[in-house]
Amino acid sequence: MLKSIAVRVSQGTQYIPDPRKANPVGFRGKPVIEDAACEPGCVACVTTCPTGAISLDPVQIDLGRCTLCTDCESVCPSAKFSFSNDFRLASAERASLVLTATRRNVDPVAVSQALRQRFGRSLKLRSVSAGGCNGCELEVNALTNVNFDIGRYGIDMVASPRHADGLVLTGPITRNMTEALQICWDAMPEPKLVIAVGACAISGGLFAHNDTVDRGFLQRVRPTLYVPGCPPHPLTFVCGVLDLLGIPS
Amino acid sequence: MMKTREPVLLLPLGELDVLDMPTLAQRCAEHLQTGARLVTLFGRPDAEASWVATALLQGPDGELTVLRAVFQSGASYPALTPRFAQAQILERELWEQTGITPLGHPWLKPVRFEGARQQQIADYPFFKVRGQEVHEVGVGPIHASVIEPGHFRFMCLGERVYHLEVQLGYQHRGIEPMLLRRAPLTLTSTVESICGDACVAYAWAYCAAMEALSDTPIPAEIELIRGVALELERIAMHLAALGGLATDLAFLQGGASYGRLRTAIINASMRVCGSRFGRSWLRPGGVRFGLTDALRRDLTQTLGAFARDIAEVNALMLGARSVRARFQGTGSVSTQAARDLGLVGLVARASGVALDTRSSLPGLLHQHWPIPSLTESTGDCWARMQLRMREIDTSLSWLAKVLGDQSLDLRAQSIQINAALRPDALCVSLREGTRGPVLHVAETTGQGTLRHYKVQDPSLLNWFGLALAVRDNGISDFPICNKSFDLSYCANDL
Repeated sequence: MLKSIAVRVSQGTQYIPDPRKANPVGFRGKPVIEDAACEPGCVACVTTCPTGAISLDPVQIDLGRCTLCTDCESVCPSAKFSFSNDFRLASAERASLVLTATRRNVDPVAVSQALRQRFGRSLKLRSVSAGGCNGCELEVNALTNVNFDIGRYGIDMVASPRHADGLVLTGPITRNMTEALQICWDAMPEPKLVIAVGACAISGGLFAHNDTVDRGFLQRVRPTLYVPGCPPHPLTFVCGVLDLLGIPS
Repeated sequence: MMKTREPVLLLPLGELDVLDMPTLAQRCAEHLQTGARLVTLFGRPDAEASWVATALLQGPDGELTVLRAVFQSGASYPALTPRFAQAQILERELWEQTGITPLGHPWLKPVRFEGARQQQIADYPFFKVRGQEVHEVGVGPIHASVIEPGHFRFMCLGERVYHLEVQLGYQHRGIEPMLLRRAPLTLTSTVESICGDACVAYAWAYCAAMEALSDTPIPAEIELIRGVALELERIAMHLAALGGLATDLAFLQGGASYGRLRTAIINASMRVCGSRFGRSWLRPGGVRFGLTDALRRDLTQTLGAFARDIAEVNALMLGARSVRARFQGTGSVSTQAARDLGLVGLVARASGVALDTRSSLPGLLHQHWPIPSLTESTGDCWARMQLRMREIDTSLSWLAKVLGDQSLDLRAQSIQINAALRPDALCVSLREGTRGPVLHVAETTGQGTLRHYKVQDPSLLNWFGLALAVRDNGISDFPICNKSFDLSYCANDL
């Protein structure tokens, strides 16, 4: 008993009071593209990017593909790329994840009144990893720890798809998982939504062109929220969902 | 025969005798009889319808031996598995990837349903146990918590597990061929995504292979920074397992405490390299992020506070009767069984088998900066839990020693590597990650490009240990057994 009290005392207060105002020091989050002119004919960033996230004229980075590896930053002779610790990167629109020198931020997630009414006070989520490397899975797990504590907003991870309002998808969707993923989705009652977490789930990421991957599920079901990163910071997830459902923090 | 005490072994292909498969199997058997361990056995396509097999053995004194053989499509050889159970998964993988039949293998089944088998994962040939009161319980691929997919088929007599069959492959992404598609020195992102909770161990094994193949010397300070990254990763993943164990027991205070302690460690990694998992910290030729004096003070302070708190939480966990009652004697793997099955890493050490790459192949780094290899004797969930706690303590002391040594300059963040890889060479690179030895084997062509890249996670060898551990245990103890092993699904499935 005394040991337990001692542990409780040193545990202190661990939760992040307002996730929207958090400042994750050192986190490599949003890519920042400078306005500097490129060297004529230079394609170093495009050929270096392992996921084809970068395209030119104008230079743009698709956060839905970006693994935040910094290889573009290393090879660019014009110092066009850097990364800030901005974690407010989630989006309800796939196209909004593309950043340029003039479009420097992901559009804020707009409150969906319909979803707010249904899930604003209680959102139950079922996680499915379909080829994830356990990076995204650990960060999804961290959502329920004492630091991020999404339970305080009525958001929970549940075991059964029957109890779930949303499916949290991680991984590029391996062919060996397509059937299980579909069965899980079909078992969830309407209304339901998909949250695509991480570059793999959003675009296939590093594995987009592998014949071991089958993206058919996402051609049938459009995600309601995209949470980019490799893996995404739990704060990116939390704030995206809070914004979508209009939950105050 | 080649000798090394380095965790990296570079061999010109010309130095290797090319055997036929039955001879290779025979030579392996001779080594295994004298107490060696089969580290890996794999194949790669060669010209037209022929294949090349590579076997790697490690003798009791740590010495590595490489054997090579060629064979034709559809060939066969007498399997090693009936005499040496540790070969079972390696021979299954060799068969699945090359088509060669190990004659007499008792359970020749696909490992991960790759290639043409991808549509047939539902047809896995499970064992059947028949008899009155025998029943089967199938769990997965999707499990109750946030966890990777895999299928577990329990054959039970009442509540007792008679046998567990672990069927994996759901995470198969086709990693190995991907590593041949891009230039050899640009693979770090892909390598870090093979097993996202062991990024540093994987990146280091890969970097070391590329550095050996390109004759690039790496300064001791850079190796020490990598060592700091790896020990932080080890502490973080041991904490993830301890937190999971506490949660699976409904020992909630343990779960909550280990959770926030892990946050402190991975956030410290993030302050150095931008990622809570150490991604992009390492690159072939060096590290992208050094330890400035401010970061060094930050790490020292963070780890100091962490050390005090975790000691308290561990004492709480170890002192609780409810924890002892569930863990002691549950999921036991005997020393003999661990040896016979060729288990590695933490799981082997918890069963009293002192296998640790950091001691057996210390290299210059761990010769000067040793990390003692620890073992437990009982091989049960309790032993695996306690060993994780003790390994965290050992990593903490090592980190304190390195970070506190003011004669070391750890600010370096240079990346220098020779672009050309040595042609016609084979490079074996091992790194002791949290679960055990992460193995990379790279082979180059005559032009110095990559011909083949083999990746092997300790989980591949250890999953069968879990199946053995739950035999004759209550089925309700499976979650704690599974968590105490804490194996990787994606790194098994590749």
